[in-house]
Amino acid sequence: MDDINLSSSRRAFLRGSVALAGATAAGGAAASQPDPLITELQDWASITGEGVDETPYGLPIEFESDVIRRNVPWLTADPISSINFTPIHALDGTITPQGCAFERHHSGAIELRKEDYRLMINGLVDTPLVFTYEDIERFPRENHVYFCECAANTGMEWAGAQLNGVQFTHGMIHNMEYTGVPLRLLLKEAGLDRAGDLSDKWVYVEGADASSNGRSIPMEKALDDVIVAFKANGEALRKEHGYPVRLVVPGWEGNMWVKWLRRIEVTDMAVESREETSKYTDVLEDGTARKWTWVMDAKSVITSPSPQSPIPHGPGPLVISGLAWSGHGKITRVDVSKDGGMNWETARLGKQGDSKALTRFYLDTEWDGEEMLLQARAMDETGYVQPTKDALREVRGENSVYHNNCIQTWFVNKDGEAENVEVS
Amino acid sequence: MSKSPNILVPALGGTALVLGVAYGLSSREHGDTEIELLQDRVEQVLVQADDARAQAATEVATANALKAEIEDVRATAALQVASGGSLTQPAPRLVESLGLGREAHQEEIAAWDVDVLPDGRGLPPGKGDVYTGEEVFATYCAACHGDFAEGVDNWPVLAGGFDTLADKDPVKTVGSYWPYLSTVWDYVHRSMPFGGAQTLTDDEVYAIVAYILYSNDLVDDDFELSHENFMDVEMHNADGFVVEGRDTEEYPIWRDEPCMSDCKDSVDITMRASVLDVTPETEEEGEDDAALELPQETPSTTTVQEAPVIKTAAVATPDPELAAAGKKVFRKCQSCHAVGEGAKHKTGPVLNNVLGSQIASVDGFKYSNALTEAGAAGGTWDAETLAAFLENPKKYLKGTKMAFAGLKRKEDQEAVAAYLATFLGNPG
Repeated sequence: MDDINLSSSRRAFLRGSVALAGATAAGGAAASQPDPLITELQDWASITGEGVDETPYGLPIEFESDVIRRNVPWLTADPISSINFTPIHALDGTITPQGCAFERHHSGAIELRKEDYRLMINGLVDTPLVFTYEDIERFPRENHVYFCECAANTGMEWAGAQLNGVQFTHGMIHNMEYTGVPLRLLLKEAGLDRAGDLSDKWVYVEGADASSNGRSIPMEKALDDVIVAFKANGEALRKEHGYPVRLVVPGWEGNMWVKWLRRIEVTDMAVESREETSKYTDVLEDGTARKWTWVMDAKSVITSPSPQSPIPHGPGPLVISGLAWSGHGKITRVDVSKDGGMNWETARLGKQGDSKALTRFYLDTEWDGEEMLLQARAMDETGYVQPTKDALREVRGENSVYHNNCIQTWFVNKDGEAENVEVS
Repeated sequence: MSKSPNILVPALGGTALVLGVAYGLSSREHGDTEIELLQDRVEQVLVQADDARAQAATEVATANALKAEIEDVRATAALQVASGGSLTQPAPRLVESLGLGREAHQEEIAAWDVDVLPDGRGLPPGKGDVYTGEEVFATYCAACHGDFAEGVDNWPVLAGGFDTLADKDPVKTVGSYWPYLSTVWDYVHRSMPFGGAQTLTDDEVYAIVAYILYSNDLVDDDFELSHENFMDVEMHNADGFVVEGRDTEEYPIWRDEPCMSDCKDSVDITMRASVLDVTPETEEEGEDDAALELPQETPSTTTVQEAPVIKTAAVATPDPELAAAGKKVFRKCQSCHAVGEGAKHKTGPVLNNVLGSQIASVDGFKYSNALTEAGAAGGTWDAETLAAFLENPKKYLKGTKMAFAGLKRKEDQEAVAAYLATFLGNPG
């Protein structure tokens, strides 16, 4: 019987040496000897544990200490203006815990007290208004689960397979249940008569931090499903996600979800600020660039097995699991291929996908122990089918950074280890 | 509606019957009293009939209201059934204002609404020329963006890159890529310098923008930018953008029912991430072992002994409260300086062990000549020299690269010194 200390074997997996024999013996049918974990009295079955006064607000147990946000130091000049990644390889279900949900700041995460919070609505409104945090909580509110994906998610993979981990290739995403006030109610409160014809009007939304990140959103979207949110997953937003108030722009790129929201201006044109001209625009092969590419198209990825989550057992029953999402609405179907896209099987959706929220999929399968080239392919309610990397490149070239929603391939070897690859 | 006849018929019928009886009786020889009595009764009945009519009318109204209500409930129920039989409803559409919030003052709007639109609206009056811009840029911007806007390390390149947009790695600068000059002015004014946003004067912003234009060969060296000639500047890539495109070029071709079997003849691996090997270590090799070997806490006596000689007693044993306050003040420094275990040089050097050390003595950092000379002349950082430097860096040491306006408050200077004193004995 091999040592099956969970934490050490987990590390062994992550280092790439899968302890197949030990894992199989522990989980398999034919254990040659009785398991001392069962036959011998264990401390936890005898000695008492921690009292209820020990942990007023809990963090995950120490054995899960590797399930954390990570960043890629070479990506940016300074961690204050940078991004980190959600450990999606180690999560299941669809809701992302706030504590490990990716962060993107342009001037660092600030600490802004509710008492010091002000939200201004000005521009082409009947009455420019200032709200306190308390005012916001007095408007009718709604709850919705939405994914927030950075437009640059998978951006490092345009030119080729680069990062060996789904956390790094696809971890600029999180999915939370937001509580907040529909933006249309706040705009209504300020009055939109002065704005006249709303079809060519915009709202410019701006944050209170030093980067003063601001984006222009067409009025049609602002009046549709945009939320001024103050809670996520039931509790206050974390400071790194914009405490006390952030904007939620369902289905659209994360940069528009302005954090520490301080100002909403109704305008008659897009401001064309830095983050909507020099950044978050997509250079095509001929050097021209697309702008105002706001929607995050349908995308999916297998989170396990993946490079950070190898198969911890030998041949036999295997759960292939992953996430799918679309900024256009609901995910209706996910197909999984084990042979690099030659043949496909339709996966089981954990539950019917919510619109513009993560959907979990599973393929409950039997692994023959042979090499696999795993892929997932999402379809959404508009009939859109997630494209291959080659299909994307054919239209856009290789100069883009943002909106890479290509099909991802993991090569899984006979030991169950996975690697980020590209296939023909 | 159907209820009204049922109520009205008995009431009217009853009146007619009583009237008939009254007429029959009056033709006989009964006494006047009897007649009067009957007349009274007739009147009573008539009143009762009126009452009944009024009541009936009320009931009809009530019935109608009820009916409308039932229809409402039915409609709501139908909606609920359509939405899965729950009571779920979106937030109500408000007809009237809730009266929340207060009217914004003009001064408040002026303070926060500073964005500049592509057509120049929002620009404040002012001006700045290339020469002034070069100086201001060197002070506030060059530490990250380079003296010639060429970019330091991973910081953005602001100049050049012309004709690279169609290349494999396009260099997207203000000159080669940005379509609107308003964006440059707005961004510098609102978000720069990094770690000191919104501290530049309007004229400084005009000057910086003029210099960035100059470094991109968009204007001559004698150019002065102002709110008046702002819209005359033509940007290289003004016509380089198209709106969206996926809706016409991608969605139509990617909506076909996908292939499920025998979709390709063969599949080959064409690229592997492990060849590049740029993935950060997911689990540091030996991380746990190292943690075991290191003592949990370094005894403070060791720290003091290993630390360089410290001149001020107040710094040698930093007041924890003051150090905590210093940690907050240090946020003003952290865009350029790191401190603590494993800290690395940023735009400025690591500040571990800075107190008591010779000026400009940290390995691996390229100091300005001014600081290097001060160090060579035997200058050291102690509470006094540090406070003087922090109060006004460029005044204390003319020629320093440190682009920092200064800590004017004595408490802040002392607090930062106390905070830095907690990093004596830190490696690096």
